[in-house]
Amino acid sequence: MLEVKNLNVFYGNIHALFDVSFKVEDGEIITLIGANGSGKTTTLHSISGIVPLKSGNVVYDDADITGIEPHKIVLGGLVQVPEGRRIFANLTVQENLEMGAYTRTDASEIKRDYDVVFTNFPRLKERRKQQGGTLSGGEQQMLAIGRALMSRPKLLLLDEPSMGLAPVLVDEIFEIIQQINKNGVTILLVEQNAYKALSIADRAYILETGRITMTGNAADLKNNESVKKAYLGG
Amino acid sequence: MSFFGQLAQQTINGLALGSIYALIALGYTMVYGIVKLINFAHGDILMIGAFVGYFVLMSMGMSWYALLIAFAVSMVVCAIMGIVIERFAYRPLRDAPRINALITAIAVSLILENGARVIPFMGPNPREYPVLKNATFSLGSIEISNIQIIVIVVSVALMIVLNYIVNSTKIGKAMRAVSFDMKASALMGINVNFVISFTFALGSVLAASAGILFSSAYPQVEPYMGIMPGLKAFIAAVFGGIGSIPGAMFGGVILGIAETLTKGFISSQLSDAVVFGILIIVLSVKPTGLMGKNVREKV
Ligand SMILES: Nc1ncnc2c1ncn2[C@@H]1O[C@H](COP(=O)(O)OP(=O)(O)O)[C@@H](O)[C@H]1O
Ligand SMILES: [Mg+2]
Repeated sequence: MLEVKNLNVFYGNIHALFDVSFKVEDGEIITLIGANGSGKTTTLHSISGIVPLKSGNVVYDDADITGIEPHKIVLGGLVQVPEGRRIFANLTVQENLEMGAYTRTDASEIKRDYDVVFTNFPRLKERRKQQGGTLSGGEQQMLAIGRALMSRPKLLLLDEPSMGLAPVLVDEIFEIIQQINKNGVTILLVEQNAYKALSIADRAYILETGRITMTGNAADLKNNESVKKAYLGG
Repeated sequence: MSFFGQLAQQTINGLALGSIYALIALGYTMVYGIVKLINFAHGDILMIGAFVGYFVLMSMGMSWYALLIAFAVSMVVCAIMGIVIERFAYRPLRDAPRINALITAIAVSLILENGARVIPFMGPNPREYPVLKNATFSLGSIEISNIQIIVIVVSVALMIVLNYIVNSTKIGKAMRAVSFDMKASALMGINVNFVISFTFALGSVLAASAGILFSSAYPQVEPYMGIMPGLKAFIAAVFGGIGSIPGAMFGGVILGIAETLTKGFISSQLSDAVVFGILIIVLSVKPTGLMGKNVREKV
């Protein structure tokens, strides 16, 4: 479904990604694990087209989408929930969801999808008229996910959805991600919480200072000694 | 005339002038909100709008119908100009330091002013503006002219339409989303460039109308006519809180009233100084302006 080939990205002189390549197959949950600053966000930004590539290709649904404008990539069902949620604080919860559905024109189906989101996230329903900026961190993450779902994604990129959340909420978010996947959405999950991510993923890639250094089944990596040491706290 | 009569009279005059400032200030504030640029060419769009209206009115002869056409043609021409200026002058500098874009804006302003001076059918000399036959209505000792009524009615109507667009339409919500977070908007599938073009067009449409209204109230057109109202409206936008739409409306009206009250009660020469003085006082008490938000700089 998604194939990333030999991505090289620079920020000025800083070489942030070195020949990063990986694949996401239809229906999978893939996780990309790495320490802070290893290049996870840069990888997702390259896929979504908001960071220019020095070289390399992004192939999605058999089409080369390298260099395509970000808003056009969304049209194909490749949608990102960005790091730090990036809720529109000056828009209401309802309006945030509307922005998620920006590319769509099927009004009655959009209405139905609001109901789906509100059923899954009842807290958002209670707060639908509130400004996005007034929500708690957990609610904002729910809204960020709900907003992305409003575009009816086929492949959802999630950038550290558990960041800064209380443990109960982290569990809830990971359950939601699994549920979304069961409903037919392929997932590429970027996480620092390696244990959790490996627990729900099918396969994983490990990113170290801009390079993919290891890959395999999530279950195998979870038991791998060097992974345990580096990412699972021994 | 009694003190209160005079006060009411100057307030009405200020309301008319202030509505024009408000219309112009909205363009400054919307553009600043979305691309963080003080579009110094905005006042010159007003001048172009006034000229376009002038040509329509001269060729059709003054009538209500001609005035309507003048507004429509002027709005379309200015909208296109706004879009073109953003596309070719500002967009290439979108990621450059803001000072570069600011200098470009000043350059665009000079090009428009001096361009208007050399274009043969415009030229440097002030021309008399065609206006409706003057009629005044009296309410006790207060007088209000038909032009003032038109200015206020048209401005209020345009501001209601603008509020509707920004608050209740899909593109308006996208404008607010883009002005809050451009990258996140793009990730939602919003065509950011289109939204920015639309914002420039909207601001220019308001400036076009303000141009015709201003030239009807002070019946003249000339290439530098946009500078002073542009500057005052910019002050109004900062005063109300740059980036805030209600702030621009409120700031414009307050500034207009402050100006006419000073002219009426203190001195005409001092009116600009008073206006600037108000700005300095307000900004020293509340640096973000009356309705401005304390925006965190995004990293
Ligand atoms: N906008 C930027 N400008 C300069 N350097 C950046 C920028 N964004 C990220 N980097 C650098 O690129 C590297 C990868 O960052 P990032 O992709 O954000 O990592 P992660 O998401 O894994 O924490 C880091 O060294 C970071 O400092
Ligand atoms: Mg990151």
